[in-house]
Amino acid sequence: MASGVKPRVKAPKKAAAGEIVTIKTLISHKMESGQRKDGDGNPIPRSIINRFTCDFDGMNVIDVEMAPAISTNPYFQFDAMIPGAGDMVFTWYDDDGDVYSTTKSIAIG
Amino acid sequence: MKIKALTAIAAVLLSAPAFVAADEDAELIVNGEIEMVTKTAAAPHLEGALDEVLSGWLFRADETQSLQADDFDNPGMIFVDQGMDDWGTVDGSEGKSCASCHGDVEDSMAGIRAEYPKWNDTAGEVRTMAQMINECRVDRMGAEAHGYTSAKMARMEALISVQSRGMPVNVAIDGPAADMWAQGKEMFYSRTGQLELSCASCHEENYGNRIRSDHLSQGHINGFPVYRLKNAKLTTPHGRFKGCVRDTRAQTYSPGSDDFVALELYVASRGNGLSVEGVSVRN
Repeated sequence: MASGVKPRVKAPKKAAAGEIVTIKTLISHKMESGQRKDGDGNPIPRSIINRFTCDFDGMNVIDVEMAPAISTNPYFQFDAMIPGAGDMVFTWYDDDGDVYSTTKSIAIG
Repeated sequence: MKIKALTAIAAVLLSAPAFVAADEDAELIVNGEIEMVTKTAAAPHLEGALDEVLSGWLFRADETQSLQADDFDNPGMIFVDQGMDDWGTVDGSEGKSCASCHGDVEDSMAGIRAEYPKWNDTAGEVRTMAQMINECRVDRMGAEAHGYTSAKMARMEALISVQSRGMPVNVAIDGPAADMWAQGKEMFYSRTGQLELSCASCHEENYGNRIRSDHLSQGHINGFPVYRLKNAKLTTPHGRFKGCVRDTRAQTYSPGSDDFVALELYVASRGNGLSVEGVSVRN
């Protein structure tokens, strides 16, 4: 696992049914592009988060493919319509096979 | 951005710099609760130099300004989180972490950032926050000192600064600190390097004007450590000083040297009255 990786999500705890809410996500990650060389001239292997998804009770909300030009600590902000109470699952896929996941429950009220 | 006919104004007002921030009336409220003072009357010791002190935040573009208004949007908070992890991590031969002695950082470190650099009676000298952190690490924890401007030092300073956010900078310049303060003032006004620039050449005589494509601020350090968008990292005061002195094409002082401590004391005191903003977001 790449070091210092920590997913963060800011989502409302409550929403009205059918309301459109703003979700902010950030994951700390060095996002090494694979195009740099170290002091000895050897390439530094690529290590990025290559995919980010958000699902709400099994329904896909957003699915993002990332490429090496994405900067360090990728941040995504998007709007989502909340049909009813449920769990929002956020998943990040690392080049090294690791998967980081976090869940936010949204209630109706 | 509300910048109008800059060049013309700058030419007319060369002797009295025009304040041309992005939005002069912008207010900084972090997380909807911490109200920051970004503009206030200058401390008495600045008489004849500045009438009003302005936070560097006012000189930034709207987009950059808004990053600082919410902790989730502020990329510097990532480093505060990392500092928090370090705070509770045991290191060194004594088997202690910061928390072993200082407990909850929110209680023990509140207000600290606002007063540093500060005269230390035991040491008999003016000490910066970074020096105090390293003293703790070496003498009390038996751990290795952090590099003065290293990432680990910056994030520990960031964690400590955040506990004082919104409090007014209140650096003491009298008493035993007076000599070092005078030395710092001398440095601030001394022209240096092949370009023969002093700190004052840019940050007192020309703040608000452009340097290349950027606006010069008044050079206060109330927002340090600062997250810089240009390198996606935290920058400490001495790291910034080094960059500035280098840009005058002079041989720089070493971070942590007496010279830079004196300069930090003086520069910090110029921002007395502004809110501690660290971790701030700048270009």
